[in-house]
Amino acid sequence: MQILLNGELHATNAQNLSELCAKLGFAEARIATAVNGSFVAATARSAMPLTEADEVEIVAPRQGG
Amino acid sequence: MLTLYGKTFTSRLLLGTARYPSPEALKQAVKASGTEIVTVSLRRESARARTGQGFWALIEALGCRVLPNTAGCRTAKEAIATAQMARELFNTNWIKLEVIANDDTLQPDLFGLVEAAGVLVAEGFDVLPYTTEDLSAAERLVAAGCAVLMPWAAPIGSAQGLINKEALKSLRAYFPDIPLIIDAGIGTPSHAAEAMELGYDAVLLNTAIAEAGDPAKMAQAFARAIEAGRLAFEAGLIEPRDMAQPSTPVAGTPFFKVDHAS
Repeated sequence: MQILLNGELHATNAQNLSELCAKLGFAEARIATAVNGSFVAATARSAMPLTEADEVEIVAPRQGG
Repeated sequence: MLTLYGKTFTSRLLLGTARYPSPEALKQAVKASGTEIVTVSLRRESARARTGQGFWALIEALGCRVLPNTAGCRTAKEAIATAQMARELFNTNWIKLEVIANDDTLQPDLFGLVEAAGVLVAEGFDVLPYTTEDLSAAERLVAAGCAVLMPWAAPIGSAQGLINKEALKSLRAYFPDIPLIIDAGIGTPSHAAEAMELGYDAVLLNTAIAEAGDPAKMAQAFARAIEAGRLAFEAGLIEPRDMAQPSTPVAGTPFFKVDHAS
């Protein structure tokens, strides 16, 4: 299926958000996630199914003012 | 001492971590400023570059309290979701809440700000809202549960200083017990000193230090200016007057004649 990952089309067969993060190599990384505009806590990722055209955000710390 | 949401700090300078010429320059500026609170953001992480992972290691090594922002959010909904991600990412309830109304001025959307602040306070966040000098917006933010306010001096990155000083004085007088932090628009150490002389509790800086020719030296300059301004406020400034008043005693002036005095 195709999802929108951080604003870009991304093909994946990940069944849920936790699987997607693992496939991207983020299993141990310091990240936070949102699906379709809503925050998904780390502990809720495996219970968050992914479906066609979902908009997934994966963010990490960055410089800020 | 500066107290924000029950935490006390010696330094009254909060420092942003963006726009430095190098990570080393950021480290040196943080050290020279004496800051105990640095602001950070969160951004999309690429699986290839993993930029955020290295940046986090740098921030952790600074040993400062971290204040994440919601920079770039255009709606209350975006800001709320960003704050929730920031809380998990940085393991803090503190959030510098920004809801931006306009790309040219980066001025806060006060309506979205008040809305988001109410939701986040209810979720247990300690909200530090980036707002304007508007008194009615400030009242609503306090009513929503914000125990700190961060009015701008001028648009972010503009270096214009306190462009509405009278309104900032009113805000200070109106909220004597709420910590007020000037956030955005400061260009020079004298601007920062001016804010502190007005009785503001702290100043949040980024561009003025990060883009200086020598960020570490500028950080030191700002630290001293903020300390000087605070000392002046605590000492009690004299009021300006229209006419001169001799500082040297008049009594006993040699060659004094009454007609000189008229």
